[in-house]
Amino acid sequence: MAKYNNHILVCGGTGCRASQSEEIVENLKQAVSDNSLENEIQVVRTGCFGFCEKGPIVKMIPDNTFYVQVTPEDAGEIISEHIVKGRKVERLLFTDPENNEHIADSKHMGFYKKQIRIALRNCGFINPENIDEYIARDGYAALGKVLSEMTPEEAIKEIKDSGLRGRGGGGFPTGLKWEITHNVEGDEKYVVCNADEGDPGAFMDRSILEGDPHSVLEAMAICGYCIGGSNGLIYIRAEYPLAIERLKIAIEQARELGVIGKDIFGTGFDFDVELRYGAGAFVCGEETSLIHSMEGLRGEPTVKPPFPSVSGYKGKPTNVNNVETFANIPVIINNGAKWFSSIGTEKSKGTKVFALAGKINNVGLIEVPMGITLREVIFDIGGGIKDGKKFKAVQTGGPSGGCLTEKHLDIPIDYDNLIASGSMMGSGGMIVMDEDDCMVSVAKFYLDFTVEESCGKCAPCRIGNKRLYEMLDKITKGNATEDDLGILRNLANVIKDTSLCGLGQTSPNPVLSTMDNFADEYLAHVKDAKCPAGQCKDLMEYVINPETCVGCTLCSRVCPVDAISGDKKQPHEIDTTVCIKCGACMEKCKFNAISIQ
Amino acid sequence: MDIVKLNIDNKPVVVEKGTTILEAAKSVGVNVPTLCHMKLHDVGYENNPGGCRICVVEVEGRRNLAPACKTECTEGMDINTHSLRVINARRTVMELILSDHPAECLTCVKNGKCDLQTMAQDLGIREIPFEGEQSHYKEDKSPSIIRDMDKCIMCRRCEMVCNEVQTVGCLSAINRGFESVVAPAFEMDLEKSTCTYCGQCVAVCPTGALSEVDNTRKVIASLVDPSKTVIVQTAPAVRAALGEEFDMEPGTLVTGKMTSALKKLGFDKVFDTDFAADLTIMEEGTELLGRLQKHLAGDKDVKLPILTSCCPGWVNFFESNFPDMLDVPSTAKSPQQMFGAVAKTYLADQMGIKREDMIVVSVMPCVAKKYESGRPEFAVDGNPDVDFSITTRELAQMIKGANINFDDLTDEEFDNPMGESTGAAVIFANTGGVIEAAVRTAYEVQTKKKLEKVDFEELRGFEGIRSATVDFDGLPIKIGIAHGLGNARKLLEDVQAGKSEFHAIEIMACPGGCIGGAGQPYHHGDTTILKKRAEAIYREDEGKEIRKSHENPFIVKLYEEFLGEPCGELSHKLLHTHYFDKKKKVEINND
Amino acid sequence: MAEIKLAESKVQELKEVCKKFNYDKGELINVLHAAQGIFGYLPAEVQEVVADQLNVNIAHVYGVVTFYSFFTMTPKGKHPISICMGTACYVRGAEKVLDEFKRLLDVKVGETTPDGKFSVSSLRCVGACGLAPVVTVGEKVYGRVAPEDVKDILAEYK
Repeated sequence: MAKYNNHILVCGGTGCRASQSEEIVENLKQAVSDNSLENEIQVVRTGCFGFCEKGPIVKMIPDNTFYVQVTPEDAGEIISEHIVKGRKVERLLFTDPENNEHIADSKHMGFYKKQIRIALRNCGFINPENIDEYIARDGYAALGKVLSEMTPEEAIKEIKDSGLRGRGGGGFPTGLKWEITHNVEGDEKYVVCNADEGDPGAFMDRSILEGDPHSVLEAMAICGYCIGGSNGLIYIRAEYPLAIERLKIAIEQARELGVIGKDIFGTGFDFDVELRYGAGAFVCGEETSLIHSMEGLRGEPTVKPPFPSVSGYKGKPTNVNNVETFANIPVIINNGAKWFSSIGTEKSKGTKVFALAGKINNVGLIEVPMGITLREVIFDIGGGIKDGKKFKAVQTGGPSGGCLTEKHLDIPIDYDNLIASGSMMGSGGMIVMDEDDCMVSVAKFYLDFTVEESCGKCAPCRIGNKRLYEMLDKITKGNATEDDLGILRNLANVIKDTSLCGLGQTSPNPVLSTMDNFADEYLAHVKDAKCPAGQCKDLMEYVINPETCVGCTLCSRVCPVDAISGDKKQPHEIDTTVCIKCGACMEKCKFNAISIQ
Repeated sequence: MDIVKLNIDNKPVVVEKGTTILEAAKSVGVNVPTLCHMKLHDVGYENNPGGCRICVVEVEGRRNLAPACKTECTEGMDINTHSLRVINARRTVMELILSDHPAECLTCVKNGKCDLQTMAQDLGIREIPFEGEQSHYKEDKSPSIIRDMDKCIMCRRCEMVCNEVQTVGCLSAINRGFESVVAPAFEMDLEKSTCTYCGQCVAVCPTGALSEVDNTRKVIASLVDPSKTVIVQTAPAVRAALGEEFDMEPGTLVTGKMTSALKKLGFDKVFDTDFAADLTIMEEGTELLGRLQKHLAGDKDVKLPILTSCCPGWVNFFESNFPDMLDVPSTAKSPQQMFGAVAKTYLADQMGIKREDMIVVSVMPCVAKKYESGRPEFAVDGNPDVDFSITTRELAQMIKGANINFDDLTDEEFDNPMGESTGAAVIFANTGGVIEAAVRTAYEVQTKKKLEKVDFEELRGFEGIRSATVDFDGLPIKIGIAHGLGNARKLLEDVQAGKSEFHAIEIMACPGGCIGGAGQPYHHGDTTILKKRAEAIYREDEGKEIRKSHENPFIVKLYEEFLGEPCGELSHKLLHTHYFDKKKKVEINND
Repeated sequence: MAEIKLAESKVQELKEVCKKFNYDKGELINVLHAAQGIFGYLPAEVQEVVADQLNVNIAHVYGVVTFYSFFTMTPKGKHPISICMGTACYVRGAEKVLDEFKRLLDVKVGETTPDGKFSVSSLRCVGACGLAPVVTVGEKVYGRVAPEDVKDILAEYK
């Protein structure tokens, strides 16, 4: 890396690639060569910077200028202005929404100020397709340290002392899990990385694998040494082609360099990693389902115990951790348990990566210390609610989690507090909702997901979630009674109490938490057949106020079903029998003449 | 032995480590209800997916309820099997299951015998608070088995039996979530799948989702048709189980009552499949000795071991799984078909009636027999040798339907000539019985000596695969026995690999042999019932005056008057068959 | 189910894949991925070949294929349209976008138009939540899609 004076980092995460970041890389390279700067400037395609809202991101090193929403056409200007003339391209800088001032250095942006990056330490800094860049940032040093200076017991103790808990959602102490697997007798043991991120609206693991694949490989090797296993398997979603590609490159480079493979660092320790592909089943995030899937079976869970630590892949002791959990390991080994446990709350140490999305200004991937409040995350980092609307709820934990409200905003985020508040950490999805979101519909959305993803093995999940969904649907259509709410709650509790695996045991959470926190909204649907948020199509009608309509015809032109008629400069009318309630007319009307009744 | 102490419903319990809560509760008389769980002790298989969640119990200190069937007891556990929380959960889960189940109990084949119905009754379900979509699948009617998957509760017993016990593997769970159901590949009809019609799926289904094809209406229609002479044959296993349908103790022999009931039902002649079983021994035994003698004479091409061929499920199994070995099994038809073939020739002649005017009904412990009787090669000009095959359960239903008080019937004898049989024929019902019967005859034919002791204990038992060597007066004859198709597969793979040392192998598709057939009264997972039936069969054998097939006077007469000699020309025509390659092949286009 | 004849060269390719995986039953899902890559979908006949090669029951293969949403037994359209229904896209109106695609093409989710041109599917999170709601047509990603944009997107492929 050192031979170049300047580096231009271009985000190669999925979001930015969808906005043509590949073309930006090409154009930048072209501009570099047009200016004969090949020997001074290196254009690096990195992993995700996290600030997806403002992507594609281009960052200039060494001066840390952070360009946002760059287009391929901007490449020439970046080179000619920033590099050649030494002038920042002002129009591509981030604008502080508070004071409309340009901020050049990401360190000073609200989005980044409160973040601490451990798992994401290399994302957006290194070229994930080059092992040397990983090594330059202490890569594989932890593996070297463990193999040469520590016994497996010592390394396990370090992880235990760090207080690291599983980042996939469950929050089981990682060191303890390793110790259990270590203590089980077995000639062959497996290290499995769960990269089957299935939570809708979460992309933490993908970003780590795309931006820093070696951190996971290194951690898996450390885990293998600790538990006494030489086989690593990464179970990754087939829907993540870029992550798969980068993992393949990383495995190949690591093998070439001898940091995985036979006799690593001459210590006699062997460890190798293979990829296994998921095929689109959320339930495979559950350990036993995941293992069955890797064995070529339907991804149905089995009752635990036996835990995978005792009998897992092919019946052998198997340690399963998720991507983010692994990504923390090398840092803990390098910096020590004490350092790691100094971050966070009493029972939840370190940081957590969240995929912040929904009705929020700064959508993106963030890593924050445990103990930060939801308020800080949503308003300081997330930049508040989009379009100046009112905050209503934040959903954490995906389909297993719940909706938290205003009253939860100042609770420090950690595993136990979230559970106590009726939600859970989950894998890290964090979806913000505003006043326009109907909470019954949100619960229904999650149940729709669960119904589709239930494996069908146990009755409460297979049939119960379907019935939950149908009852919610009945509520959103205004056909339910107050008695139904009681039946709904009992059913939700029984599903939690009796389901076979974690999916069913948590699937009613979105229902229960919205029932608890938005009881009035449920009652409004049931008693008055009204949807206060104006989302439930069956409970509303779009009407044009003839007083305010000026007859501009915009609404009738935008209507996809020609439900709006009226002469030019005359008040228009909506034919409610034709209207599909898509809301396009209301969005387009400049005179606020259309409303929901 | 490690032990664990715990409390169940405030009762102290001491169990062996590894015991489930379900078993521990049972040991102190607490019956935790289960729906999907089924332990086939004597067969050595357990269906235990932990899927129905009916058996949940409350464990002190545990966050959620624990499935009793899958949770091992641990030291100091405090368990409540019927707290309000448990009862509420159990009822709610049952209501859920019923909310996706057709409410047509009154017309359901399982009415009164349905585990789901019983449990709903026990839990006191009176209404279902959930309305919503119900699963609908097309009804699949094969020659033997009907699948009505609307009634499936996903207990997965059929899938387990089909895959693990029988290794037929024609059923699998498909789709997922609410859409999931157990089905053959591509939801094809069973008839197009690799199903062997062994019917063990029917035997274990807790609801009416899987049932046999009901032929009772057709039988009754024949009985009332004055132009038809209707005769019936009853398989050996039926007499040891039919009583159970009338609340008799398992293992009660009801041969005489059964005969009496059949006569009351209006059958013109009541015969015994046992007669044909003796005939089978004559044919199959002769074939065995023929191959054996060739083998001893140094013929390298002769196919040994010889495999029995009386079981239609097993025949279907090797036709689709071992099509390269179609020349290994005996060519002898099954007793049911031998009976039909002789009845519609020899007997029809004797009775002076035309083939077309004779209806042959068989009462079988088996559902595959329905398919077998419909095989085209077992018909003459479209007229089948056996017209209708009904199961033990169907016969019981006919008796009940005819207002016959089974308990009060006085024993009656079978009609002749095809009602006379030996003890050798009776034991066809049990695993190992066919080969024991064959040995009794083959020994005397081969050695020309009289067999002093006819009981071959070494061939009996319940183990899935057994082997024994029988001394044929200095010639050791190695015999293998398998019951359950999974066990059969293991022996077959040895034969296929040329590693088999046996001279003869008996195979029965159903665990326990025919006494465990899929047409028998439901055992509801209690395999001790099968053992009691088996014991009854051996008792029947012991009580018989003649216990060797070749000594059956009517069989001797049949050969003298009609067939000539075993494996002779007419025997070959009437009593032997051939097999077909039924393995599915994919068509490929040469680009 | 209409029976189809598979091309020999593709069957050969699939057999090579099975060989590469050592005919290991445990690799069934990897083999199915490869098979879908070769044939574009997994018709019954392809599953039969896989079952035969790996020596597993066809019912089991079908059970696995129908469990995982990534596997499909119907050929996708020439332009496969996927609407992200991840939570981020959902709260930003993805359902309305999906409804509009379904309405304009007159197909349900998972179906292909009779002319074979478009197929519509929903997927869970493409990881481009900043662009929500997101629609992909083939490789191309459309961000911040509104229902009224749907007509124009389709027009690009007509």
